[in-house]
Amino acid sequence: MPTVCDTRSEMAAVQDAPVEADNEKEIKTETLNDAAGNHASAAGGVIPSPPVASTSSSGPAKAGGPGSEEQQTLMAVLQFLKKNNFVGAVDVLRREAGILEDSDESQGQELAASALGGAEAGDATCTLSRASSCTTSTPAVAAAPAKGGEDQPDVNVVLSAYSQQGDPALYQGYYSGLKKFVESVLDCHRAELSQLFYPLFVHMYLELVYNNHETEAKAFFEKFSGDQECYYQDDLRVLSGLTKKEHMKGNETLLDFRTSKFVLRISRDSYQLLKRHLQERQNNQIWNIIQEHLYIDIFDGMPRSKSQIDSMSGSLAGEAKREANKAKVFYGLLKEPEIDVPLDDEDEEGENEEGKPKKKKPKKDSMGSKSKKQDPNAPQQNRIPLPELKDSDKLDKIMYMKEATKRIRLGPESLPSICFYTFLNAYQGLTAVDFTDDSSLIAGGFADSTVRVWSVTPKKLRSVKSAADLNLIDKESDDVLERIMDEKSASESKILYGHSGPVYGVSFSPDRNYLLSCSEDGTVRLWSLQTFTCLVGYKGHNYPVWDTQFSPYGYYFISGGHDRVARLWATDHYQPLRMFAGHLADITCTQFHPNSNYVATGSADRTVRLWDILNGNCVRIFTGHKGPIHSLAFSPNGKYLASGATDGRVLLWDIGHGLMIGELKGHTDTVYSLKFSRDGEILASGSMDNTVRLWDSIKAFDDIETDDFTAATGHIHLPENSQELLLGTYMTKSTPVIHLHFTRRNLLLAAGAYNP
Amino acid sequence: MADERRPKQCSLVLPTESMKVMAESVGVGQLQEECCVALSEEVSYRIKEIAQDALKFMHHGKRRKLTTNDIDHALKLKNVEPLYGFQSQEFIPFRFASGGGRELHFYEEKEVDLSDIINTPLPRVPLDVSLKVSKEQQKVESTEPLKAVKPGQEEEGPVQGKGQGVTSAESKGKEKSISRLKPRSTHELSVEQQLYYKEITEACVGSCEAKRAEALQSIATDPGLYQMLPRFSTFISEGVRVNVVQNNLALLIYLMRMVKALMDNPTLYLEKYLHELIPAVVTCIVSKQLCLRPDMDNHWALRDFAARLMAQICKTFSTTNNNIQSRITKTFTKSLLDDKTQWTTRYGSIAGLAELGPDVIKTLILPRLSIEGARIKAVVEGPVISNIDKIGADHVQSLLLKHCASVIAKTRPLPDNVDQYRADYGYLGSMLCSHVVKARAQAALQAQQVNRTTLTITQPRPTLTLSQGVSTGSGPRTPNIIKVPSSLTLPVQTLVSTRPVTPAQPSPPATKYIVMSTSTAAATSPQVISLTSSRSSSPITSTAPSSTSTLQPLVKVEHTGQSVTTPGAGGSRTLQKYIVVSLPSAVSSEVKASSLSSPSTAVDSTVKADRTELPGASTHSSH
Repeated sequence: MPTVCDTRSEMAAVQDAPVEADNEKEIKTETLNDAAGNHASAAGGVIPSPPVASTSSSGPAKAGGPGSEEQQTLMAVLQFLKKNNFVGAVDVLRREAGILEDSDESQGQELAASALGGAEAGDATCTLSRASSCTTSTPAVAAAPAKGGEDQPDVNVVLSAYSQQGDPALYQGYYSGLKKFVESVLDCHRAELSQLFYPLFVHMYLELVYNNHETEAKAFFEKFSGDQECYYQDDLRVLSGLTKKEHMKGNETLLDFRTSKFVLRISRDSYQLLKRHLQERQNNQIWNIIQEHLYIDIFDGMPRSKSQIDSMSGSLAGEAKREANKAKVFYGLLKEPEIDVPLDDEDEEGENEEGKPKKKKPKKDSMGSKSKKQDPNAPQQNRIPLPELKDSDKLDKIMYMKEATKRIRLGPESLPSICFYTFLNAYQGLTAVDFTDDSSLIAGGFADSTVRVWSVTPKKLRSVKSAADLNLIDKESDDVLERIMDEKSASESKILYGHSGPVYGVSFSPDRNYLLSCSEDGTVRLWSLQTFTCLVGYKGHNYPVWDTQFSPYGYYFISGGHDRVARLWATDHYQPLRMFAGHLADITCTQFHPNSNYVATGSADRTVRLWDILNGNCVRIFTGHKGPIHSLAFSPNGKYLASGATDGRVLLWDIGHGLMIGELKGHTDTVYSLKFSRDGEILASGSMDNTVRLWDSIKAFDDIETDDFTAATGHIHLPENSQELLLGTYMTKSTPVIHLHFTRRNLLLAAGAYNP
Repeated sequence: MADERRPKQCSLVLPTESMKVMAESVGVGQLQEECCVALSEEVSYRIKEIAQDALKFMHHGKRRKLTTNDIDHALKLKNVEPLYGFQSQEFIPFRFASGGGRELHFYEEKEVDLSDIINTPLPRVPLDVSLKVSKEQQKVESTEPLKAVKPGQEEEGPVQGKGQGVTSAESKGKEKSISRLKPRSTHELSVEQQLYYKEITEACVGSCEAKRAEALQSIATDPGLYQMLPRFSTFISEGVRVNVVQNNLALLIYLMRMVKALMDNPTLYLEKYLHELIPAVVTCIVSKQLCLRPDMDNHWALRDFAARLMAQICKTFSTTNNNIQSRITKTFTKSLLDDKTQWTTRYGSIAGLAELGPDVIKTLILPRLSIEGARIKAVVEGPVISNIDKIGADHVQSLLLKHCASVIAKTRPLPDNVDQYRADYGYLGSMLCSHVVKARAQAALQAQQVNRTTLTITQPRPTLTLSQGVSTGSGPRTPNIIKVPSSLTLPVQTLVSTRPVTPAQPSPPATKYIVMSTSTAAATSPQVISLTSSRSSSPITSTAPSSTSTLQPLVKVEHTGQSVTTPGAGGSRTLQKYIVVSLPSAVSSEVKASSLSSPSTAVDSTVKADRTELPGASTHSSH
């Protein structure tokens, strides 16, 4: 049986590879860890003691067991002193502790405790009750900073918060006790208190795992995982595989859960009920978890109903805090004076050519008058410096206005025609599509690392002549722009080679001179559509970049990827201008606000965040999706945002109020593309389920009454039935719809690869 | 269900045996049981982790299937070297083996002979990615899911086959231009339809006349051909284009008969395809050369036939919007006025104009009679330049006489003075005069005839009779006719005698033909009566109202009908009546009748009988 032997050896070889890599990683993390420890102690003003723990870390966790009780006391005292600003005392005590030979660990622990204390300054109960005992194990558990680690708190801190406080056998009892209590309370409170189950379940499970109670953990999981809401299933699947402490290393989902507090919104009444119950029962275990890992956002008023809660929950880290969505967002559109003023002279030229001077005036006036009136919600014109308009841009604006006059007014009675661009012979390799704003070019990103550009007008794609040939051109001639083009290179499509991995996102610049593409290889590339060559490779993301998007005014672009950081770039800088960190999982899609002052990012943590470009703050967090978000679209007036996710639902958000205002159900698979019509009357959504659906967005926005109460509490009542908003469903035979685009005249273009 | 599955997921770990096997394969024997357990748990966890990451790549690749590439990328994400080159043709490439109390799954790697690989020819280069456009035109009332699944068209057929490059350049996607969409809306034919289409087109241009008649009959009567209409239309226009170049007269005739049959089908609406059909028809009317030997072959019949078709198209489809008639008239007039126009084209344009009705003749042809006469005279009486010109002139002359005589008979006051005619119409005057006299004489007869038939015959398919008469008359006969004149010195004469449809000489046979055609035409619904009245019968009815000897022609015709049916031995009484009224329709109807009742041999015999009888019948009636 020679073949069997062969295969065995191969499989073993396969097996070898990860093991080795793991070893390497472990070593690396240790060194990193030491560095972190040293740094911390230096900050604490103590002479760094040699990292004794590095040896113990290979045989983890058990070493410091005997001394744990003393340590615990010590830590509590330390924390108390620190809290009351007895700096001198702290120092002295530390020195003492250093003599006690566990300075290294205690430093780490101290740091952890202080971090926790700082975070929950107002919460006295917490800091004291939570003096951790398992200090010795910290170095071993230090997770590899696999994910770039720009924004992550020290992993030690995160994990060390888990400690052995209760008997593992009692966990089930705790949990079922709470369950019983919640089932016994009044109906109106039950839904709210049920929110506690999932985070508690996860934290208790992880505590069990962390403390090496594998069998208890499994039993706990089996017993209660079925109770959790179905939309947490993906996370539960991840959790189910995680049964050992070692697994917690480098598991992003877990780290995400730790680094951020799970946010719950509970009415004051319900909260009081819960508190009373826990105090009566002396159920410290649960209370501690609530104090430490949960953020309970208490509001006054009626408890929310089950449906209200369900519509908002589902995100990896619970709902957004109400404060998180309170910041003022300038969602209005920029007025366009820089276009308007030069438009006059431009217009003259245009009129001379066109020979119809009358026609333009009234239209321009109407546009002008609209923009003259300063929109109170619009940002200042120069809030974000925008590039100067070039002559060609002005011409394009004029073209745009002309086209706009011929635009078809859409509505429920006049739906757009749909033109479908099918990619044939793509063999499942098509991963991204973009259209230029004037619908003259199509770009496709492919899994074979190529980017292809097609011209869909009779005008062929031509590249500029080579430098040598350009020298020969008469630069004074009128048609110099025509002469620099190389006729020989004219073709209907061009292929751009440069990436070394699947291309996941493409985006045209508004002036049609550039194309952006992002890829699995971690780079974003800028291509010139004049020469059809790569101009820049932007390196910053070290992991796959899932999406990139040009600003509507050009120059800026945003990219987001597996490293959970969205980066804002300018085309002439090789380093990012802003980094937007906060998402707890991959950033899957990005979109610029029409006024270019904000960007929205959708993530696999099932939230949408809106970031202010000016200061990099996260100004909105939208929760409610139950799956990774794969598409975003701003309404043309900038007021609303639509997002589509793998669960097939499209959610509508009011940016100004920070509220969910609609839910469009109908798709049965991931919604990969969303687009508002040019006037915002129709929302088109394209999905993996091979359909394009059209929704009545006007009606969706009008139906929502956003009174003061809603705005204050963020409680929304969604219409039960979104079917009446559905205006049409258009099937393709076997072509997933991965991009949608409205032409300037409101013809809907769709694109996808035929999937035989 | 999810609840049941979840615990399973939780406990799903690789068996320890696998660990042992793998350990053995790298040379580690006797792995301890605890080690195996620990290893398998760790490995299972890592595999799950990688699978979850791979899913991410699948989602971003906009796919539903996880590929080995996704796994590779996920491994890369974890800083693990990907499994380069791992791919399999099968879905699950693992094999199962057991023995020695152990069971295991393995990946079968066959030994590959490199020379085989090297020597095999290279596979075809895969097709490049290309774009295809399909549009969903929005109807006003379309709120329900539209069944028109546009991309469905793309997977089969020619588009993908030659899908190199961009096929979409023509679509700007800016406006809803209907005309541009038109070719896109052709639907794929079902297999049955494709077969039918193939059979029909082959029969129509094939050599078997019986099959052709059947095919044309099918085209003319079958409902539900509309899906094939674009293809037929293209077939005809392309066919004409090719065969005009090759001067293949027979095929041109067949194609024109197809047009005729399509026109006759009441379930088809040809307007959308006129842009293809009209050029084809007009080509057959005015083309300089339609056959290989213009001096011998009878292309005149084709021109006549096509001209009649054109007239029919004009009548059916001309509206104020498309202005077909005026545009066609303009085209004909232009070539008629041109001095350099060849005789063939001249003949065609005159025929085309003449068929459009007496008003057109009156306004456009009569004023030109003297000029044309002079031209004819120059050829006939002048020095012999070429035989072809002479024949052409002859034909034009007889054509002019035929059409103008009836119109003049109607419009000109009665005394038919030869000198007066000569003064008015020049060279053709004298001949015209005699024709007009004959026409007036016939008119009396015909008027009665017309009255008689309109009263008695009520036929449901008005256009059919007329058209069938024309098509079978000119179509199948011509190949025979082509032979005949080549051996004779007076081609024109023989032509007329054998062919009842194209009257080339102002002699009794011609008028006889008119009798028949008017009778058939009159045997139609009121709509078509107006058609005929505009042509030739109305003058007769108006001039000769007396109806004394009504029955005479009918009796005669009935006589021929009997002579036809006797050899066939299958026709019923009513069938004979059909034959009487219009010979060609009898062909089709009899075929139909016999194919219903008797086996195919009977069909052949009847058809044959009919055909053999046809000349006889026509000569008979020409007495």
